[in-house]
Order: sequence, then structure tokens, then C-alpha cells
Amino acid sequence: MKVLAAMSGGVDSAVAAARAIDAGHDVTGVHLALSQTPASHREGARGCCSLEDSRDARRAADVLNIAFYVWDVAERFTRDVVDDFVAEYAAGRTPNPCVRCNEKIKFAAVLDRALALGFDAVCTGHYARIVDGRLHRAADISKDQSYVLAVLRPDQLAAAMFPLGESLKSDVRDEAASRGLAVATKPDSHDICFIPSGDTSGWLRDRLGAAPGSVVDETGAVLGSHDGTYGFTVGQRRGLALTTPAPDGKPRYVLSISPVSRTVTVGPAESLAVSQIRCGPPTWCGSPPSLPLGSVLAQVRAHGDAIGCQIELVDGGLVAAVEVGLNGVAAGQTLVVYDGDEVLGSATIDVAA
Amino acid sequence: MTYLDHAATTPMLPQAVDLMSELLGQVGNASSLHATGRRARRVVEESRETVAAALGARPSEVVFTSGGTESDNLAVKGLFWSRIATDPRRRRVLVSAVEHHAVLDAAMWLTEHEGAELVVLPVDAEGRLAPEALREAIEAAPEEVALVSVMWANNEVGTVQPIAELAAVAAEYGVPMHTDAVQAVGALPVDFAASGVAAMTVTGHKVGGPVGVGALLLGRDVDSVPLLHGGGQERDVRSGTLDVAGVAAFALAVEIAVKETDDRAERLRGLRNELVTRVIEVVPDAQLNGDASLAAGRLPANAHFSFPGCEGDALLMLLDAHGVECSTGSACSAGVARPSHVLLAMGHDEDRAKSSLRFSLGHPSTESDVDALVAAIGPAVTRARSARRTVS
Repeated sequence: MKVLAAMSGGVDSAVAAARAIDAGHDVTGVHLALSQTPASHREGARGCCSLEDSRDARRAADVLNIAFYVWDVAERFTRDVVDDFVAEYAAGRTPNPCVRCNEKIKFAAVLDRALALGFDAVCTGHYARIVDGRLHRAADISKDQSYVLAVLRPDQLAAAMFPLGESLKSDVRDEAASRGLAVATKPDSHDICFIPSGDTSGWLRDRLGAAPGSVVDETGAVLGSHDGTYGFTVGQRRGLALTTPAPDGKPRYVLSISPVSRTVTVGPAESLAVSQIRCGPPTWCGSPPSLPLGSVLAQVRAHGDAIGCQIELVDGGLVAAVEVGLNGVAAGQTLVVYDGDEVLGSATIDVAA
Repeated sequence: MTYLDHAATTPMLPQAVDLMSELLGQVGNASSLHATGRRARRVVEESRETVAAALGARPSEVVFTSGGTESDNLAVKGLFWSRIATDPRRRRVLVSAVEHHAVLDAAMWLTEHEGAELVVLPVDAEGRLAPEALREAIEAAPEEVALVSVMWANNEVGTVQPIAELAAVAAEYGVPMHTDAVQAVGALPVDFAASGVAAMTVTGHKVGGPVGVGALLLGRDVDSVPLLHGGGQERDVRSGTLDVAGVAAFALAVEIAVKETDDRAERLRGLRNELVTRVIEVVPDAQLNGDASLAAGRLPANAHFSFPGCEGDALLMLLDAHGVECSTGSACSAGVARPSHVLLAMGHDEDRAKSSLRFSLGHPSTESDVDALVAAIGPAVTRARSARRTVS
């Protein structure tokens, strides 16, 4: 097959490309330029938007002896991921930009362009498995990225290739070293690639401006103030800057965010737990299951626990009833439904109760 | 492999390789006073005389550098500093809108850090600067002009500028003019003295010499402040131990390229015209950018097209996969294609700029190179068009 290997400049995508070559595919490396004004150097362990990452990807492609190009997807990325991220926070929701990037960029804009240019598949360094055309968790559960891929439809999965799904991260690093790839010891990237400082609330404040409001308890009593609701996410405990301690002295958490009234409501852990999660329309990774469906698992964060639940469709939206109270469920997050290790699909959370 | 990117770099001439190989084995710092040093110095000075003779300059006007970028920077920054030191009113730096980044970015740096005022001179739809436009820009405040820099021929679209006429305008006002002649030497008759410019950039690797060596021709009466300070080599304008083997190979390549200019230009112009005709036969809506006459106003080995509905970088990749190598024009250091400032300055929109490819011929090019391009371009354009539709 003619395979396009998306190469971020990190160790995973480099080894993924190498394995695609070993499997006999005709591989071309492509680095996706996501920023119109890339920084010249990496800052710490974040992101893949710097020129240095582009050079690392190019060097890996050199070592693998494959053609290499940079594709400029900055405009699409800015519109579909960065602007969406800002708008979601402004609306009091908590988006996952990696999910959006996979949904709109890597397996949409890039995949479509690759197929049109004559490629048969796009290969990435994601830790996830495709078994008989169905998406499954990775063998290395601590690195599993099936959550952020749960937005892929069957046609997208059919053209995706994840050569690292069966491997442990440590083995991938060893393999990179033995293949002579200099990125073998490069730190993992995490956090949000377009916020190199790691200071998400500061970054949002720069874009949305200060919008001061109150922090209140469940009775509406004012406990403190803030300079923007976007500095908060449901379930957050730190950084609330409360001046009045809770009567029982227990920690308090963000329960809800109302961007219109600029109110952040906090309360005890018990009030945080939800039993029902209502979402928008689901995306199924395989053929749509017949609903309602019990004995499946719900996961609402990339590295959160999967909780037993039952799912059904109400007015076109997915609704999950979880068996035990789930903490920190925020609108905007992605709900991913698993059947064991298999990803059934996903939907964006509207409200939790 | 079909190499159609000679404007990026062209193979070294065998004679230059032989000479350089021979000299690389010899020790000698041209600044040393002993016999070995004198031998090295002799090679350098003979090379200087060769370059001077080939390009209509005096030997003392040849300042060896590391190539085009350094020569451009030395000319733009050096002339600016020298001129403003004599008269602090001279802040205006006049450059054409289609300059290479080595000139454009050097001038922008001066505006950002040294108090210069950048004046970008407009070009017409073919990329040419009219002498009247230069006159108008100078006349706005002649006493404030530090320098003018206009390239001899454009690296992207191949448009040749009326250098002698422009230099005459600058001279009327006593303003020094620099020209980047990197693409012109070996392709057109280039005579430094006759052109009337004060400074001229030349480089080795575009004419069959080595990469990493070039020259700034600097008129005897033109002062330039150095970028590199040190041992005072090269008229005190460019310190640094000279690369004897590189300088000699560069000079030999310039000598041969200049001597063969007419014959080579005629042969390559014929080949280029055939390339243009046949590409347009295969892709009838392909648009030729730059001087349409395909005569003296355009570099003989340059063809530059926009392919409507395509992205240049997709086309480049598809052609590359079929062994046909060309260029999209300008790329930033991350390799991201940006719309060419040259095409935008010519009045084209971003789409046309982003859909463009440059094919440049060189001394080894033959008919079979054109055949290979013509065979590959049709399917590549069809495929790139369908890819473009997926993303827009």
C-alpha cells in the first residue's frame, strides 16, 4: 500500500513509520505544520509545533530513507481546533483539542487529501489497535489513546494504521534507539500543543480578556471572585482562591460554570458525582449498536476510569446512565463508550446530572 | 532523475571539481608571509583577476564571501551603515518588491533595529520595476536615500530588470545601487562597470562552482561597513581566512559560465520554450508567470507556471514521486509553503501564488528532461486538483 506516515517529530510516529516500511508499504513521511508562526524550539515536554520538531521529523525520515514533506494545515487547525477550543471555553464548556484534531485534521483534512493524492492509508504513532476493522484499546494501557480516536467513523478507521497498538512504550523507545533514530530519548509530548507555556488559563485570558465574576456555593453565597470562568473546569479543586473555608472543612470542587452570569459554583465532592450524562449525537466507530445497550463502559477523560453504564438514544442524543457516581464530568468533554476493550463510539457531553 | 531545479543549485562543472580537488590537498593560508602562504595568495589573486575580467570589474573590486546571502547582507547593511554614518538623514532603503529574502529580510532587519525606513518599490504584472517608479521613490526625499537594491534577474519568475537604466537613475541622485546578480551570471551578459551599479552579488553554486563561496563586487569608491571583523582580509570589508580551493573553483566556474553564456543561453532558451509549449499543451489552463515574451526579458532557463485548482506543494510531491524535481518557490525553514511574495507583488492572488511551480534548466539539461516533465505533469495536475477539492 501507499502509506502516508504523519510524523510529529516524536519517537512514536517515527517508529510507526519504520514499522509501516518493514511491513512492506511504500511510505511517505509528512509533518503537519499546525502553527502559522512556529516557535523555533521546543519548550519542555509539550507540543509538536516547533521548527525543531519539524527538523526532528525530517531527520527521522532521512534515517528511514523515505520521502518527506511538510503539509501546511495551520489554517484548518486554527479554525477547527484552536478557535473551537477558545469558543468552547467561552461558552463554559471543557473541550478536548486532541479529539477535535483527530476528528477534523488528522483523519479528515489530512486523510482526505492523502487519499486524493493516491495514498491508501494514513499511519500515525497513536497507541490503539484496529482489530478486524474495529477500534480497540492499546496493549500498553498506560499509553492507550483509543479515547482520543473514538471520533473516527468506520470509513476513517479503514484508512488508518496504528502500528504501535500492540507495543509497550518502553519497547518503542528501545526500538527507536536500535533503529538509530535520534528521537529515541526525546521526551513525550503531552498537554496542549498550541499552548507551549502549559498555562491554559493564562492563554485563554490573553484571548478572551478578563471577565470577572463570583465563586459561589450551592446556596448562592459568594465565597470569592475570579477573573474569567475559562480558568475553571468542572471537578477542579485547586486554584479556587476561596476566602471562606467550607463549614465542614472538606475540600470543594467546581460543580458548574455559567459563563453568561460569570458564576462558578463550588461544592463538596458528593455534589460532583453524576449518574446520568446527556450528550449530542453519537459517532459510532463500527456499525451502530442496537440501543438501549447495557453492560458497556463510559469514559469521560483521556486517562479517566471506565465506568459501567447503560446507553440509550434520546431525541437523537446519546444518554449514558452510569452505575456509580462519576466525578468531574463537564460539558464539552467527550464521552467514549467501550465494550470491554473495544471502542463503540463517542459523543460530546451536553449536561451531566 | 529529472532535475529541473538548477536555479536552486546546479552541478559543479568537472573542471571546477578537478581544480578544487587538486587545491584541497595543498596547505596554505593566503595571509601567511612564507612561500606556502604566497602560493596560496597567488591562487586567490589570480582568481580575483579571473572573476574581475569575466564580470567587467577591477580586481580590487572583487570581495570574496561565503556566497549570495552574505554578499547581499554585506551590501545592504554595509552600504546603509556607511551612508548613514556620513549623513544621518540617509535612512531610506529602497528595494524592489521581488527581491530575494537575503535582501528583503536584511532591509527589514535594518528597519527594525537600525532606524532605517524601508521603501518597497512596486513591480508590474511581469515582475519588472520601471525606472520611473524608482525615480519617483528617490525624488520623494533624495537626500534621505541610503541605497537602492534591485536584483538583476528574479530567482522565481525569471524576470530581468532594466539594471543599467535603474542604475542611471540612482546615479543621477548620487545614490549607490546594489544588484543581486546571482541568477544572471552565466545566463545573461553581465558587466559590472557598464551596468553602473555600485555593488553586485555573485555566487558560485549557481554557475557550476562550489556552494559556500561567492563575491560582492564593490566599486572602488564605494565604502561599506563590514559585517565580519577580524584579520582585515578583503579590503577590510570581509575578514576571514580565504577558502583558496573554493575561491579558485568559483573563479574558474564564473570564467567558463561567462564565456559560454551566449551558446548556453541559446540552447536552454530553445529547450525552455519547448517546455513551456508542451506543458501548456498538456495542461491548457496552466498560466505562465513572469515575462511572457520568452525573449531577453526573461532568464533563458526559467519557466514558472501556476496550475489553477492545484496546490503547488501537492504537485511537487506527486512529480517528485515520479522522479521529476522542481520547486514551489519560497519555503520557510520549516518547509511550509507560503504564497510567494514575488507573485503577490506582481498582483496575483494567494491562490495563484500557492498553485505555482518553477522549472529551471541548467547546463546538463536535455530534451529528455522536458519529455519526463511533460509525461508526468498531466496526471499530477489531475490528481492535485482532486486533492485540492477535498480540503477547500
